[in-house]
Amino acid sequence: MKNTIKNIQYETRLPGSSHWSLKMRRGTIMRITDLNGHANVGLLFYNPENLLERYNAPDTLKCQHTFKLTQNHCLYSDMGRIFASITEDQFGWHDTVCGNSHADQIAELWGQRDYQQHRNEWHQNGTDAFLVELAKYGLGKADLASNLNLFSKVAVGADGQLSLAQENSKGKEVVLRFEMDTLVLIHTCPHPLNVESQYPERPVLIELGEAETVSENDACLMHCDENIRGFKNNNLYHLGNI
Amino acid sequence: MESLATKESALDPKLAIKNTIVGAGDYYFEVIKKGQTFRIIDLEGNQAADTLFFNAADVSERYSSADTIREQGKVYLTNDSELRSNDNNVMLKIVADTCGRHDTLGGACATESNTVRYNLEKRCMHACRDSWMLAIAENPEYGITKRDISHNINFFMNVPVTEVGGLTFEDGISAPGKYVEMTAEMDVVVLISNCPQLNNPCNGYNPTPIEVMVWK
Repeated sequence: MKNTIKNIQYETRLPGSSHWSLKMRRGTIMRITDLNGHANVGLLFYNPENLLERYNAPDTLKCQHTFKLTQNHCLYSDMGRIFASITEDQFGWHDTVCGNSHADQIAELWGQRDYQQHRNEWHQNGTDAFLVELAKYGLGKADLASNLNLFSKVAVGADGQLSLAQENSKGKEVVLRFEMDTLVLIHTCPHPLNVESQYPERPVLIELGEAETVSENDACLMHCDENIRGFKNNNLYHLGNI
Repeated sequence: MESLATKESALDPKLAIKNTIVGAGDYYFEVIKKGQTFRIIDLEGNQAADTLFFNAADVSERYSSADTIREQGKVYLTNDSELRSNDNNVMLKIVADTCGRHDTLGGACATESNTVRYNLEKRCMHACRDSWMLAIAENPEYGITKRDISHNINFFMNVPVTEVGGLTFEDGISAPGKYVEMTAEMDVVVLISNCPQLNNPCNGYNPTPIEVMVWK
């Protein structure tokens, strides 16, 4: 596999039960490492130039004929463009259909989120984590869409039964290469199918840097004809930009 | 494929209070009151009805595929499925289904995604999302904008997920006259695009009309 990372310029550790958002520019990379194993990383993407354009899980899945997301897949917006490519994945199967847990579900499983008593060990949930970040850009509940849940493998049985696999992801890395400017929302709250006995508090390492230029035989670009057309749509969007 | 469980309705079509034929490429945009039952009929078979629901009292509450499949622990919709909102409330329940399986993973076609899926020069072919866009533009009274348009149900569409994580669009399992029926658990706005897609087997390459019936 060809290295797609040119350099790393910043790194930070995101504790479990947390959230963050930032704008990633076209041509940058984000490497996410599951430090202790069994982390879940919720991700959503928006176009900062037009916040109505957002990550679209159904379009992403159907144009690449896949239910799981992994290396060489592209992450599409509802406008036929690619926000980011998964240029490296050491885990192999990430969920994008189960969404987020809600506050009442977390409370029922592991007790109420309570900052007064527990401070930073409170039990944050994925829905509220995204709502907080969305509000910073004038967005709200209506702008939520099905998100990625990195490091969570959700398999489907013959009759459609969903199950969260207990596969250890300790030390595993995922690299996203951004193919257009993207507003990224991140949380590290539990996957909604997680029913462990204790609230899972799982940190991740986030590294940011520049990407190598996308080559003509790039593995994400060449993964399928649909991705070649997706990249063409991105080129059209960037027409006139150097 | 394993045999699908189906269930017929006891409701009499002659007693329906409303009866609407929706041509392919058109939309249906109506309020269904709490307690009312409505039926979508695949008149000629292999048609896809791309459907969204909104809480009529507050359209920021809407159908959520993620909440629906997570709570039922299954990806397919059929009889007894509870259709849930982004606030995890039950909006409707499927009470009869002669088709046996419906999709909520595949989303709707859009002119933009057509360029990716089929050909860059197919961007001007009619698509479900354009029908929804026209519907919300022509009916501003509902207060629904593009922000509110999210992942839908594809009634009568067959999108099996394989155990190794693949996703395929199979020929429809529906047939002429098959129907699905739902009872509303709250006042809901129903927005259906009767799919105009000419490029994939979801309509058997031949989009045809659906019928919507409502009972008190």
